[in-house]
Amino acid sequence: MSAAYSTGAPRRIWLHLIVGAILLFLVLPVCIVIPESFSDSKYLAFPPPGYSMKWYSAFLTSDDWLASTRASLVAAVLTMVFATPIGVASAYAINDLGPRFQRISMVFILLPMIVPSMLIAIGIFYVYIRLSLVNTMLGIVIAHSILAIPFVIVTVLSALRSFDLRQELVARSLGAPRFAAFRQVTLPQIRPAVISAALFAFIISLDEVIVSLFVAGGNNMVLTRRMFVALRDALDPTIAAISTFFIIVSLLVLGSVALLSRKR
Amino acid sequence: MSGEASSAGRIESADVVNVRALARVARRERLLMVGLFSPAFLLMAAFVVLPIGWLFCLSFVDNAHLSAVHYARMIEYSSYYKILMTTLRISIIVTILCMVAGYPVAYLLAQLASPWSLICLSLVVIPFWTSLLVRTYAWLVLLSSNGPINAFVQWASFTSKPLELVFNETGTVIGMVHVMLPFFILPLYSVIRSFDWSLIQAASSLGAPPISAFARVFLPLSLPGLVAGAVLVFVQSLGFFVTPAVLGGGNVTMVSMKIANNVQNYFEWGASSAFGVVLLISAFGVLAIAARILGFERTFGMAR
Repeated sequence: MSAAYSTGAPRRIWLHLIVGAILLFLVLPVCIVIPESFSDSKYLAFPPPGYSMKWYSAFLTSDDWLASTRASLVAAVLTMVFATPIGVASAYAINDLGPRFQRISMVFILLPMIVPSMLIAIGIFYVYIRLSLVNTMLGIVIAHSILAIPFVIVTVLSALRSFDLRQELVARSLGAPRFAAFRQVTLPQIRPAVISAALFAFIISLDEVIVSLFVAGGNNMVLTRRMFVALRDALDPTIAAISTFFIIVSLLVLGSVALLSRKR
Repeated sequence: MSGEASSAGRIESADVVNVRALARVARRERLLMVGLFSPAFLLMAAFVVLPIGWLFCLSFVDNAHLSAVHYARMIEYSSYYKILMTTLRISIIVTILCMVAGYPVAYLLAQLASPWSLICLSLVVIPFWTSLLVRTYAWLVLLSSNGPINAFVQWASFTSKPLELVFNETGTVIGMVHVMLPFFILPLYSVIRSFDWSLIQAASSLGAPPISAFARVFLPLSLPGLVAGAVLVFVQSLGFFVTPAVLGGGNVTMVSMKIANNVQNYFEWGASSAFGVVLLISAFGVLAIAARILGFERTFGMAR
């Protein structure tokens, strides 16, 4: 942007102040969670009256919270493994087919992004009751994948659009089998996008609340469901410790995605 | 003569063979693409489209009879009507606040030079990728009666009693604006980023003061981005669940909460489905109008 400040306006201090305040509004909640998790008080107070590690030890000694953490991580990893190849395959197909098909398939695939999530949640719940998938890990992974696949497709599709598919045709005309041509020519060039997409799938599963509220209970009660109930019904400060865990995971994922897109 | 004719015939038949072979290759190619697309397609069909279609039908059934009673109740029962109005009111307020707060951020961010634009942009993106529950919890802490915001307000002695900022509509709106603001800022930012600033220079070289150059050149050209962002925020706001359930503290009921409550506590599929259908039709209606005005690609953020 060489044209920065080209409007010829003065320094526009008031604009900077307003924008600064709004940016503060955006990041403040994320910033207070970590200090709050070291509070020694049972009650919500910021800044905390004193500091302790007791909510971390409450988290690490609670069988319920640990079981939920395990269920969440297993679901997130499996969702990543399940949704990424399906999404990549769809993106490849959408990219290869004509514009008319592209538009129809995009609307269809983006449905989970447009339809209110509560409607998707009760729809999935309705089917799962009949298929006995409620509270099973398979059910959770399918449900989370449905929500993650659109993000995978959009991410991979934008990388495929800037890739010249004739390179793959060259490999095939030189005798490479179809899949080998994809794996050795196309995939290495869209790899950053594929890894970003996989990380998105992971974090979408980890953060998902609404569908999990219906289908992820019992032995597979995921962390977000337990947290939601704790937040709504009885405020348990252990949540601050778990929130810190969530923030660290998000920052790690976001950082890796940023590094990948810089390489691209 | 005869030799020429037979060679022409051979060429023709070779053409036919080629055409057939090419058609076969094209068919196989299409089949492969359909095969690659089918897992995602089947998942969406089986777990999104079919159940929603089924719920749509259920919303017209009461005691095994065809009836519109679930829809009639939304108007007849004052508690149901109130839920619809609350949802609409909150969504409109959140949309307006996002436009007012988001526009200056996108406007300034798009003009900042390299290190600052990256820093400010990450300040927008970090909350976007932070778990919704974590942020809701943080607002619970910030807005509580002995939280920092109330401490500040009382220290500055605006009021003697703590403000009631949470467990009501105020808290819900604050939490929702915080969730939706990045959704509004990021697409608008990319629209403004590709804006041709020489147009502003042209306007000022022709004697336009900065304010009118902004109002008559920049604002109209950024309007599609503004409207697309507002539509996105409004449609998403209609379906909110977690934020009103926690920050509303039981005093705010939005449509999604009623749907969940009916299904989880009473297995009332008909009433829930009717609310779901209203939600879906409002969302699609608004998106369709926006797509008609702005064009499909722009509305769904696919424009590059």
